[in-house]
Amino acid sequence: MQQRLKNRLGIMGWLGGGRYGMDRYAYALHRITGLGILAYFIMHIIVTGQRTGGVERWESTMAFFGSTPFKIGEFLVVLAFAFHAVNGLRLIFVELGWWIGKPGTPSFPYTYSTLRHRPLFIVFMVVAAVLMIIGGVDFYFVLK
Amino acid sequence: MRESRLWFWHILSAAVILVLLGIHMGIMHLGELLHMAGIGSGDPVDSSQVFGRSRQAVFMITYILLLGAGLFHGLYGLRSMFFELSLSKSLEKLVGGVLAVAGIALFLYGSYVAIVVYQMNGV
Ligand code: HEM
Ligand code: HEM
Repeated sequence: MQQRLKNRLGIMGWLGGGRYGMDRYAYALHRITGLGILAYFIMHIIVTGQRTGGVERWESTMAFFGSTPFKIGEFLVVLAFAFHAVNGLRLIFVELGWWIGKPGTPSFPYTYSTLRHRPLFIVFMVVAAVLMIIGGVDFYFVLK
Repeated sequence: MRESRLWFWHILSAAVILVLLGIHMGIMHLGELLHMAGIGSGDPVDSSQVFGRSRQAVFMITYILLLGAGLFHGLYGLRSMFFELSLSKSLEKLVGGVLAVAGIALFLYGSYVAIVVYQMNGV
C-alpha cells in the first residue's frame, strides 16, 4: 500500500513555503506590485491624456471608469503602491548598508544581516499596513 | 560603468517618485477623509478639480518630473527582469531599445498633455 506522508505544514503551507524566509515573499511581492503599477501607469498616461479634449471628454471618460469594478482596480493600485513604496524605501536602506549591522567574525550564537535587519523589516511592513488601512477607510467612504 | 550608472538612476528615481507619487496618491485617494477633515471639496477626479489643478504650473512641472522618473524606474525595472533571463547580447540590445523607445514616446505624449492642459487655463 502506498504510504501517505503527513502534511507537515498544514494550511500554513498555502501561505508559506516552509523554509522560504519572509524576505523572499517581500521580493516576490515587490516584483508583482512593481509590474502592476507599471501596467496601470502606462494606461493612466493614455486615460489622463483625455483631458486635452476638455471638460466634456473628461467627464465621459470618467463616466466610463467610474463604475465599481474600476474603482476596485484603482484601490488595488493603492494597496500595491503602499507596499512597493514602503518596501522600496527599505530596500534602498539595505542597499546603502544601513541598519544591517557590521560584518564580523562568525561566532556562536550566529547572526546574519537579514536577521539583524528583521526588526526594521517588521516596522516597515506595519507602516505599509497602516497606509493600506487608511486608504481602505477612504475607499469605504468612496463606495458609500 | 554604464550599468551601475543606470542602477543609480533607478534608485534615485525611486526617491523622487516616493515624494511626488506620495503627494499624488494623497490627493487622489484621501479625498474623502480630507474632505471630512474640512480640507478640499470631495471628489478629486471631478472636472472642476482636475482642470483647476492642471492650470497650475506647479502641477504641470511635477507631473512631467513624475512622468520621467516613473517611466524610467518602471521600465528599467522591467528591463532588469528580462536581463535576468540570460538573453543573448543582441536580444538584450533589442529589449533595451524597444523599452527605451516606448518610454520616450510615453514621456513625450504625457508631457505634451500636461503642457496643453496647462495652457487651456482651467477651461
Ligand atoms: C513609490 C516609490 C517607489 C519606491 C521607493 C520604489 C523602490 C524600488 C526599488 C528600491 C527597487 C529595486 C529593488 C531591487 O532591485 O532590489 C524597485 C524595483 C522596481 N520598481 Fe519601484 N519604487 C517605487 C515606485 C515604483 C513605480 C511607480 C513603479 C511603476 C511605474 C515601479 C516599478 C518597479 C519595477 C517594475 C521594479 C523591478 C522589480 C524587480 O526587479 O523585481 N516602482 N522599486
Ligand atoms: C490609482 C489611483 C490614481 C488616480 C485616481 C489618479 C488620478 C489622476 C488624475 C485625475 C490625473 C489628471 C490630473 C489631475 O487631476 O491633477 C492624473 C495625472 C497623472 N498621474 Fe495619476 N492617479 C493615480 C495613480 C497614479 C500612479 C500610480 C502614477 C505613477 C506611477 C500616476 C502618475 C500620474 C501622472 C504622471 C499624471 C500626469 C499625466 C499627464 O499630465 O500627462 N498616477 N492622475
